[in-house]
Amino acid sequence: MGFFHRHRGLTPYLLLLPGLAWLAIFFLVPLGFLGYQSLQSGTFDVGYAFDWAWGNYWDALQRYHPWLVRSLIYAGLATLFALVISYPLAYWIAFRGGRWKNVLLVMIIAPFFVTYLIRTLAWETILADQGPVVGVLRDVGILGDNGRVLATSTAVVAGITYNFLPFMALPLYVALEGIDERLIEAAEDLYASKVQAFLRVTLPLSMPGVVAGTLLTFIPATGDFINAQLLGTPRQAMIGNVIQSKFFNLLDYPGAAALSFTLMAAVLLLIAIYARAIGTEKLTG
Amino acid sequence: MKFVRRHLLTAYAILSFAYLLVPIAVVIAFSFNDPPGRYNYTWHGFTLDQWKNWDAVPALKDAMVLSLEIALLASVVATVLGTLIALALVRYGFRGRGATNLLIFVPMATPEVVLAAALLTLFLNVTVFTLGFGTILIAHIMFCISYVVVTVKARLIGFDRSLEEAAMDLGANEFTTFRKVTLPLIAPAILAGALLSFALSIDDFVITYFNAGSEVTFPIFVWGSAQRGVPPQVNVFGTVIFVVALTLMVVNVLYQRRREVQAA
Repeated sequence: MGFFHRHRGLTPYLLLLPGLAWLAIFFLVPLGFLGYQSLQSGTFDVGYAFDWAWGNYWDALQRYHPWLVRSLIYAGLATLFALVISYPLAYWIAFRGGRWKNVLLVMIIAPFFVTYLIRTLAWETILADQGPVVGVLRDVGILGDNGRVLATSTAVVAGITYNFLPFMALPLYVALEGIDERLIEAAEDLYASKVQAFLRVTLPLSMPGVVAGTLLTFIPATGDFINAQLLGTPRQAMIGNVIQSKFFNLLDYPGAAALSFTLMAAVLLLIAIYARAIGTEKLTG
Repeated sequence: MKFVRRHLLTAYAILSFAYLLVPIAVVIAFSFNDPPGRYNYTWHGFTLDQWKNWDAVPALKDAMVLSLEIALLASVVATVLGTLIALALVRYGFRGRGATNLLIFVPMATPEVVLAAALLTLFLNVTVFTLGFGTILIAHIMFCISYVVVTVKARLIGFDRSLEEAAMDLGANEFTTFRKVTLPLIAPAILAGALLSFALSIDDFVITYFNAGSEVTFPIFVWGSAQRGVPPQVNVFGTVIFVVALTLMVVNVLYQRRREVQAA
């Protein structure tokens, strides 16, 4: 250990080196290759060559903006639904959970213990045309006699909402659980109504959880292609489906790479706007 | 009014829990289904056949074995690399801390399909790599590291340094102190990071699918069979994974609570 004594300042760098090297080589470098690939032209048979083919990006926006916009809308809707479902739930656990809090939390993340694809297939079963949900919706007249849920936008958004819900619920719970209940009591002592106390005290204090939850849900949801594939039809296809098919069916690597970067840019742009709207200090916590 | 509102919220919470748990119940129930054809989508009758013949689909069994191998290797490597980073971040002041934190955070904040596509372009363009077991492993270690760092770091921050100082005062050198004092104390945090990595690895579809070549992991098998008809054994494996993960989670929660009680 003499080495460490003589070079104490080096220790943190030695600890960081293997892990950060892995992330640099297999995260940063691949992003560089993604950029490199996205500016190539040619065909799969002849081979692709790098020639600053910015046209790939023009193509990505020009031809595929409907898929891009649809992905952002689906992800946005799923985030909104996840928030509406999770907030009261997290609130209830944080303030009414008592000694059952841990059990209830385990129940919230329980869906994560079922393989992603299998729980999505379970939704396929639940929403199937002969299934109970469609039956009830047809009986009460919300759906027509031949109405379907599967293979619609509703099914895809519902699937995304379900699959990413714990990402929303957990940060919300952490934020709500951390609120000092005496602050809410103080507001009520000072003659705030329940609603006022919630809007002026609880909600602002839980904002870091709302912000973290929306980002953790929205970002992965934009790139999802499993729900659109299993619960939708090509008409519900998202940008992830296009990227996947360009890589594996069309073998159009530059096009797929350009679309991937466009997706990343679109997500970063939306996060920047979001950060602007709510204030950066809330985003970084 | 207060009564109604209190119960409105409780009713809402119960409905939300139903929404969260019904699909899990469906997965478990359909592992006992007796489907007449290849499609395990409608309920036909109770049977234990799928559980008795859990290994009746050889391709499914092979896929599960591959997933377990990769999850084991990936979680061991990612846990070592991630724990070292967490130790450096919590214990030492050094230049480049901001950049380090950023490099750990950004992979978690990138849509999975972008990570998958980026890795694939690396593997396609650099001929050293052939898509298969190795590239899957590389990818899994990459996306697990960040989660290990976050998990272990969170637990290290509340760590009592005075115990280490006591060991050093009693003549233990740095390495002995680390082995005999630090490591046993942070072991639960490391285990939590390892379990999380294992769970992430065994569940991953998108990144694996892009970088697997012709290898078939459990999620890839499910994806492929979703088009042809999912054998009910998939639900058996899904149920087993669910029960094991749930048990480990509950044990972890109970263990933590016991330690907190002991510490108090």
